[in-house]
Amino acid sequence: MKLTSVPLLKFLLKSRYPQLVISSLLLAGTVFSIFTAFFGSPVGNSNFAVIFVWIVWWAMLILAIVPFLGRGWCAVCPIPLPGEWLQRGAVLGPPDQKPRWLGLRVPSIFRNIWLQNISFLFLALFSSALLTSPQMTGIVLTAMLVAALALSLVFERRAFCRYLCPVGGFIGLYSQAAPLELRAKDQKVCAQCKDKSCFRGSRLGYGCPWNVFPAGLSKNTYCGLCFECLRTCPNDNIAITLRPFGKDLWQPVRRLDEAFKVFIMLGSALVYTSVFLGPWGWLKDAVYNLGSSSFFIYSLAFLSLVFGILPALFVFGMLASKTDIPLKERFAWFSTTLIPLGLMFWVAFSLSFVLTNASYILSVASDPLALGWNLFGTAQTSWRPLLPSLLAPFQTLMLVIGFLWSASLARKIALPRGLTPIPIILYSFVVTLFMGWLLL
Amino acid sequence: MRNMALQRRRDTFWYLSGWMIVLIVFTAFSGISQPGSPAEPLITIEARQFAYQPGEIRVRQGDRVTLRLVSTDVVHGLYLEGYDLSLQAEPGKTATLTFVADKPGSFRFRCNVSCGSMHPFMIGKLTVGANEWLYRFIFLLVAVFIPVVVSSARQKTQSLEPSV
Repeated sequence: MKLTSVPLLKFLLKSRYPQLVISSLLLAGTVFSIFTAFFGSPVGNSNFAVIFVWIVWWAMLILAIVPFLGRGWCAVCPIPLPGEWLQRGAVLGPPDQKPRWLGLRVPSIFRNIWLQNISFLFLALFSSALLTSPQMTGIVLTAMLVAALALSLVFERRAFCRYLCPVGGFIGLYSQAAPLELRAKDQKVCAQCKDKSCFRGSRLGYGCPWNVFPAGLSKNTYCGLCFECLRTCPNDNIAITLRPFGKDLWQPVRRLDEAFKVFIMLGSALVYTSVFLGPWGWLKDAVYNLGSSSFFIYSLAFLSLVFGILPALFVFGMLASKTDIPLKERFAWFSTTLIPLGLMFWVAFSLSFVLTNASYILSVASDPLALGWNLFGTAQTSWRPLLPSLLAPFQTLMLVIGFLWSASLARKIALPRGLTPIPIILYSFVVTLFMGWLLL
Repeated sequence: MRNMALQRRRDTFWYLSGWMIVLIVFTAFSGISQPGSPAEPLITIEARQFAYQPGEIRVRQGDRVTLRLVSTDVVHGLYLEGYDLSLQAEPGKTATLTFVADKPGSFRFRCNVSCGSMHPFMIGKLTVGANEWLYRFIFLLVAVFIPVVVSSARQKTQSLEPSV
């Protein structure tokens, strides 16, 4: 179903105002969060920034936006906004004259998601401090705003979002599972189009800020849903369409940076569940005591898991197949099968994390600056986990759906190529079993 | 024709063996959930930033459990999910709570007094009788795993057979 065939929706998406209003409000929220991170309550669970970033935003992102809207968050993300305004020399439509910034192309060595993998892992290793310390949250938000701004002045388009953002990498990966896509309606129309204004820009809008050629889009991974191509296309040949869940995953991953992203996200879900939901004090000690020898061992174990153990076991299963297809190619292809599984792991983990800590939202919203206010009469709300009896059934359901989705994808990828999906299904089974044991 | 019959027999064998495993697993786990004769265990839990010692506790369903919370550094609490019970202990002091563990399953207990930065993640686990949801999960997963593997093996074999 083409959403852009609904006139009101198309008007709202083509107009710059709704997007600008939402992004600007979110930017104001980000700036306020940074302020409260440094000047609000020093206690994490009563600090506005910690609760609204790691509980409210995270819950919306992983439980609703990514699974259903893919890169919907990137469409309104406030982080690149100041840099983009400066880069363009305009807040709304294209100005008559281009501002004079460097506008360099990102060097080819960085045109992949390895930097995003590294930036995500860097934050993941320090997650205990990040999730609990207001100052750390403030530093990370500020650093992201500054980095996005600096890169916008040096490089063309949205270099930060495309190549560095630690969040953008996994949103891109999991957006392939979403039932929403932006694509060219008719590839032949694009082939005959001489302007290519979707990529180059025109007086109607900017060339693709994500540095992709919309006519060639076949996956959601790198389309930031900014809707510029919808505005610039002279042939009205861009559509936003509802589709079956996970349609992009039918075309397997081919790049190693993306394949490793899959293992980074899968491994991180396992580690986060062990650390934040597990009963093991020694593990929490190791994660929390930054700079100690136990933290060093934890970091080494984390990196070994995502770059060594998980991929190695995966490859071991593939060695059983006798085929001429290079192992590297099969590794990338089959890593696709773990994308829905990883997404469901994150949903299951986040459900527990979010429902347990959601009651802090009420007290923090009523007194965001810790000044003794009681704006909504909820400042004294005591902590209590939400819906604890529903958690285990939901998590069980998510994990089983993730496994089934992963297994059906393994069959879809393997069987037409004459390969056996069984080792991959077995791998998903064992990893899901382990995640279930950690969660339940 | 003979190959097809052989294949069908193989499939039946795998389906039956798969479901036998599921049945065995299910029966084994249902056995665990049978309560034994009730006891009155006294469990001392030492609380410190940001962990409980022991972090994992097992009791039998029907036991009359007394939890004795000892805090070794700052004020800590213990909120037991599922039973909606809580207690708090000041540094160097103890607090006790007695309850009948009549609900089976695995329940997390968490610190409910803000005790420092990692406070939201100060968690322990109490298992009463069998961890029912874990077994339900395993049962469900095995129940979907076996048909998926069997049908995959079957399709793989068919794809390798020369077409006539």
